Amino acid sequence: MASSKEEAAMAYWKENVRLLITLLIIWFVVSFGLGIILAPVLNSIEIAGYPLGFWFAQQGAIYAFIVLIFVYVFKMNALDRKYDVHEE
Amino acid sequence: MSLTLTTYLIVGATFALYIGIAIWARAGSTGEFYVAGKGVNPVANGMATAADWMSAASFISMAGLIAFLGYDASVYLMGWTGGYVLLALLLAPYLRKFGKFTVPEFIGDRFYSKPARVIAVISLLVASITYVIGQMRGIGVAFSRFLETSYEIGLYSGMTIVFIYAVFGGMKGITYTQIAQYCIMIFAYTIPAIFISLTITGQPLPQLGLGSTVAQGGYLLDTLDNILVDLGFSQYTAMKGTTLNMFFLTMSLMIGTAGLPHVIVRFFTVPRVRDARLSAGWALVFIAILYTTAPAVGAMSFYNLINTVQPGEIGAEEGNLAYDDVPEWFSRWEETGLLGFEDKNNDGRIQYYNDGNEAFAATAAEYGWEGNELTVDRDIMVMANPEIAQLPNWVIALTVAGGLAAALSTAAGLLMAISSAISHDLIKGVINPGISEKGELLAARIAMAGAIVIAGYLGLNPPGFAAQVVALAFGLAASSLFPVLMLGIFNRRMNSAGAMAGMLAGLSFTLIYVFIFKGWFFIPGTNMLDDVPANWLFGIGPQSIGAVGAIVNVIAATIVSRMTAPPPVEIQELVESIRVPRAG
Repeated sequence: MASSKEEAAMAYWKENVRLLITLLIIWFVVSFGLGIILAPVLNSIEIAGYPLGFWFAQQGAIYAFIVLIFVYVFKMNALDRKYDVHEE
Repeated sequence: MSLTLTTYLIVGATFALYIGIAIWARAGSTGEFYVAGKGVNPVANGMATAADWMSAASFISMAGLIAFLGYDASVYLMGWTGGYVLLALLLAPYLRKFGKFTVPEFIGDRFYSKPARVIAVISLLVASITYVIGQMRGIGVAFSRFLETSYEIGLYSGMTIVFIYAVFGGMKGITYTQIAQYCIMIFAYTIPAIFISLTITGQPLPQLGLGSTVAQGGYLLDTLDNILVDLGFSQYTAMKGTTLNMFFLTMSLMIGTAGLPHVIVRFFTVPRVRDARLSAGWALVFIAILYTTAPAVGAMSFYNLINTVQPGEIGAEEGNLAYDDVPEWFSRWEETGLLGFEDKNNDGRIQYYNDGNEAFAATAAEYGWEGNELTVDRDIMVMANPEIAQLPNWVIALTVAGGLAAALSTAAGLLMAISSAISHDLIKGVINPGISEKGELLAARIAMAGAIVIAGYLGLNPPGFAAQVVALAFGLAASSLFPVLMLGIFNRRMNSAGAMAGMLAGLSFTLIYVFIFKGWFFIPGTNMLDDVPANWLFGIGPQSIGAVGAIVNVIAATIVSRMTAPPPVEIQELVESIRVPRAG
């Protein structure tokens, strides 16, 4: 009984870490990737009056950060329920 | 009604509101004093966190910083928002599950070590005290500029207000005043922004206005790029620094943001782990409202300023504004010293261009220009907006109240972190563990009062290095606190020796690197190398070194922990328990 509980805790933690890694890769790509490293290249593309690299650095990355946190909240709530570790 | 009178009325009304909240939200226990009884609604806590986070500098100076740096200011926009992703995913839920009162307390318990807790307290104190000096100065400056009092009286008024709600209400009083302060500051920031966006681009939403067209046709950003190049500056939307330095500066600001104790502790005040996660999302929403507006305010007011002084063709004699024709707001801001004009070529007209650009010097000489004649303080970009957009006096007064709200809310949050580190971590944790609940509450109030007095003293007598040290606060938080907090949660094997080695290695690496360029303990003249990009290690500046310090911290902690005994069983069980929201 105790070992299955431990296994469940480990599986919960693994899924949690996998989700974190996925979200942090996106976090890195939108800010450091599109907003800084690729910005000079992306700036040659202009969408709706914005050079694209500039838009990511001063607007897009921030919107993406918000979406990332809410996706995290949503997914973690589901994960908590799946492993029955959610709070009442 | 005169502007000064209106400003007094509006600022007075906001102060009365803060005092009202203080009377309503008194703290009766240490739990209420330190973490508002862990009963704050996650949306409300998000709002309080936003006010806690956005300082006088965010409110008053950031748009101007963006105006003059253009694309390169993106490091601040991304750095000071992206940190919330790290905070939400890597720290906030687990530290909330831990469920105690302060950040050093977690470090002390997790690493079963009083010295580790004391090192954390020292990092916290250095980071928070340097940060609070800037807020105190902000309060004094706002008063002296807009309420026509002396700097000292302004500072004392601010201290009194914070004293009333922080000493009696602790975290509970601070939380509810911060919510009110957020509403005031965001209203004061966005209303003028909407009007200036309408005036310049015809688009009410500033975030869209930044990508819209201006009256002469052409997109705002394209037009700004072209005018700036014609005046000898770099393009607004182009990168001026190096990619590597921008990368590390952004990373340092993000990690530092996630590691600042006064922000982390806000997530201790919500009822559940899931609320801590959700609250971080809301905090970023409320922060983003200002942070996505600021780039528009910066670009638009900068465009407006250049257009005002350069209404005609660049280089033509009639192209520049005659000094006798300047608009009213120009003269008013000239009086405050934030705008300055010096007619270097005696033509009675204002020339604004980049006289530091040697390639442009010949063109300037051809135009008959003999140097840049306009000096602009960056704070003007926000504070002059309501007048430029010809908004009524009450909007200008509201902007002053907003700037004060931003400074007061951040100051209170920092003072809370400072005082709880002293009363809870030092007095209760190390010096006198047997202290009663009542005794500790009294100690917390005295520590708060003492912190306010010290912050006020430093605001009156700011050390010369204050400005440089603020950048250091992020480096310290990034290189000492964030990595050990994260390792404490994600690496079960991390032990006391590893954490201590990590914090000391990260801290000393960062401090020494900064001191080499800024002088030992910031004493002028003691720097060993000039602070220029050519001397920087791989081109990484002292402001950007915190992220490297964090890497040093993680490496040192990992190596030392592998060479020493694993942490005791009960500590490993503690790590297991903070990883799940509901302990089985």
